[in-house]
Amino acid sequence: MRELWNLGWVGGLTAIGFLSVYTARQNEISSASLTYAGVFLAVFGLAHIGVRAGLPHADPWLMPLAALLCALGLTEIYRLSPTLARDQSVWVVIGLLGFLAMIFLVRDHRRLEPYTYLLATTAVGLLAVTMVVGTTVNGAKLWLRVGGVQVQPGEFAKLLLVVFLASYLREHREVLQMAHRRILGVGLPAARHLGPLALMAGVSLGVLGIMNDLGTALLLFGIYLAMIYVATGRHLYTVLGLGLFAAGSWAVYHGVAHVHERFQVWIDPWAHPHTSGYQVIQSIEAIADGGVFGTGLGRSLQVLNHGQTIIPAVQTDGIYAAWADETGLAGAAGLLLIYLLFCYRGFKIAAIAGDGFSKLLACGLTFAFGLQAFLIVGGIIRLIPLTGITLPFVSYGGSSIVSNFMMLALLLMVSNRAVERA
Amino acid sequence: MNRQIASLFRLSAVAFAVLITLTAYWQIWAADSLATRRDNARLVYRQLQIRRGLIYASNGQTVLAANHERRRNGLHLFLRRYPFGPLFAHSVGYNTVGNGRTGLELAENDYLTASNSDLSTVVSRIGSELQGETVTGDDVVTSLSVPAQRAAQAGMAGKVGAVVAMEPSTGRILAMYSSPSFSPKAVEQNFPKLSRTSGAPLLNRATQGLYAPGSTFKTVTAAAALDTHLLTPDSIIDARGHCITVQGLPLCNAGTESFGPITLDVALTNSVNTVFAQIGQRLGQNRLEEYMTRFGFFSEPPLTYPSDEMNPSGLYHNGHQLKPGAPVDVARVAIGQERLAVTPLQMAEVAATIGNGGERMRPTLVDRVTSPSGDRVYTQRPEPLEHVMSQQSAQELTGMMQNVVDEGTGTAARLNGLTVAGKTGTAETGVTGVNTAWFIAFAPVTDPKIAVAVVVEHTPLFGGQVSAPIAASVIEAYLGQGVAQ
Repeated sequence: MRELWNLGWVGGLTAIGFLSVYTARQNEISSASLTYAGVFLAVFGLAHIGVRAGLPHADPWLMPLAALLCALGLTEIYRLSPTLARDQSVWVVIGLLGFLAMIFLVRDHRRLEPYTYLLATTAVGLLAVTMVVGTTVNGAKLWLRVGGVQVQPGEFAKLLLVVFLASYLREHREVLQMAHRRILGVGLPAARHLGPLALMAGVSLGVLGIMNDLGTALLLFGIYLAMIYVATGRHLYTVLGLGLFAAGSWAVYHGVAHVHERFQVWIDPWAHPHTSGYQVIQSIEAIADGGVFGTGLGRSLQVLNHGQTIIPAVQTDGIYAAWADETGLAGAAGLLLIYLLFCYRGFKIAAIAGDGFSKLLACGLTFAFGLQAFLIVGGIIRLIPLTGITLPFVSYGGSSIVSNFMMLALLLMVSNRAVERA
Repeated sequence: MNRQIASLFRLSAVAFAVLITLTAYWQIWAADSLATRRDNARLVYRQLQIRRGLIYASNGQTVLAANHERRRNGLHLFLRRYPFGPLFAHSVGYNTVGNGRTGLELAENDYLTASNSDLSTVVSRIGSELQGETVTGDDVVTSLSVPAQRAAQAGMAGKVGAVVAMEPSTGRILAMYSSPSFSPKAVEQNFPKLSRTSGAPLLNRATQGLYAPGSTFKTVTAAAALDTHLLTPDSIIDARGHCITVQGLPLCNAGTESFGPITLDVALTNSVNTVFAQIGQRLGQNRLEEYMTRFGFFSEPPLTYPSDEMNPSGLYHNGHQLKPGAPVDVARVAIGQERLAVTPLQMAEVAATIGNGGERMRPTLVDRVTSPSGDRVYTQRPEPLEHVMSQQSAQELTGMMQNVVDEGTGTAARLNGLTVAGKTGTAETGVTGVNTAWFIAFAPVTDPKIAVAVVVEHTPLFGGQVSAPIAASVIEAYLGQGVAQ
């Protein structure tokens, strides 16, 4: 009941959002599109019925929060381009179908546990295939063309990696905690237990070096460090991992021109304001344009005469900048708090989950979700170098939407199980 | 594991707090400086969608800055057009997409873009925005006279320098021309080339150019001497031969001129250095600088104009302005040498103040601002700034300056049927045959309608030869009467 109530709020907010875009841009947008909000609410209403039927004890907050993020994203994308918004809403429907399919086919996340190595191999395989036959966009190999659809394997590899790590670490956490031998007064576990973990680190760096994809590399490596930390409680791995990554990054920074440039732009975007620094500068200037309360949905200048946007890739990388421009600090902080609230619910599920696998899974999924939002928002506001990953549920992009709904399904399964057991 | 999970959550909370803080930094603290950056595309497009107010000449009819409207995919874009090309390029300035704006286009930008806080403007702008209509700026009517400006341009053809003309009773600037000028169109099209062109055409010499004033400064010295009752026009001063020695160095009259005891009046008529150097010494630095301050020296010109396009006049040392009281050779200051550097605007103010009976008026370029619906948004009223000298002193000085034109060094400025008061100035630059030639004047003497300052740089001629005729032609064009002799 609470979930439905929450969804009602989300539906109301969505309607207001679309209405304000419509009033601001009625000369370009037809009024028929106002039905978006209604359709949106209906689709999530069906998903709600599905969740309550399949997972009666699931957390009542996560789905409405995800729906809210989807709604905010759709509103902003709709404002940028009604055509893109139509595509995106198709992806939301596909994502929800995948979500329901997972809930009814998998039902219990623990059924994934035996497939640890298969999942890991699939993840690495996906990335490897992309490395070889992937399409290069903006200097990074992120895309795989399947039929007429472009897929971003990194988004799915992230999920598979979390499931693999949850399973592997649940099994090996005791031995990783124990000191097999001591080097320089620091206890280290036996090398054979570290092998698969070291391999994962190598994969992350390979992603960075070969695919030039700084964002996915940071994301995979961050998930990896966080989950080892949660499993073992030892800061040693975190420190070792960070050191390893720093060394690897240094090598890549000097060896890969694309990554080198991203760092240079981060340090001083105004050195090349019309070329490499353009995206960051235009993003920051869009954010600054918003002020405290924003220019109003649909009222800022984002799209030029020929449909060209001021911020390159504004619907994916730059969605936060457009949102912050139109809704101001109030809207931007609100959006970030939704992510934090989502993380809070996710970590809470991890805390109340009964078994190690469930805890690690929920924790890893939640952290991946939060870290991804942090990386892209941090990149857009020049806290860290800008990378090409998506803002979960908000950015335009099918792979991102579908994989995030799969993640949501897994989190809800964990929460259902945890509450059922209690 | 719950301990670790809790610390991961704390880490997330901190990370998101950092994101919010940095977003707030961009949106609050850094917002203003980012908004005005030239690489800010939304700023440029937002400006292009505003129908800027028009800029008119003083007759309220002749358009000096117009708009050229273009339609693209439902967007109305307005580009600036300047019907007179180089004629008003400095005074009106330019408004461009990529290279900023200058002159009145910058100084009056708030009115021109309807972003001023005047109530009727705000109401009409908000109305336009709500209805999705084009925002139309307020029109600015300047005090600039097209005939006077044209005469200045014609006189300065082929020369480097500037002309400023003012109405003495109000301070309204009637002409402001800097030579060489440039085409405002070229700013948009090829700014890098224009900024490298020799002769620095982008520099507004009328308000920014700093020149040694030469003997035109003797009017300031004379004003101080008369107003402090140190001298009258008939006071006799011994000019003591061709040269006198000041601070160990000879200070000479122009050419081979040599005078005995003469009156102050005769000394000004013939611009006798040896007399004015002595007057400077007798006045002392404090009194002379007091009168300079009253005339407007030592401070930013009180004109509503971009501050980086104006320079204060006064004493300079190695490019830095000296404050009053700094050690200087007062005898050489009194004859317009030493470290004096002045703008044509300042010297026009000196002439206008004398012509206005000693009352210095605030110089202005804008007469009024009107909203698109025709409402008067702003009206400039004449504003007295400083009582520089008594009316009697001003009248005495006017009589002396009239003699300069009638029978002295400034006869080239004589006009038929019109009394002209003036003063020549020729500052040597240290290179033989390269002078800075000045002339300041106002007319008619009985009821001055126009005061002019003309400077021509890098000329082998004297102020009375090259600058006086230009001043005369500007006066003539403005008053529309009299014929140059």
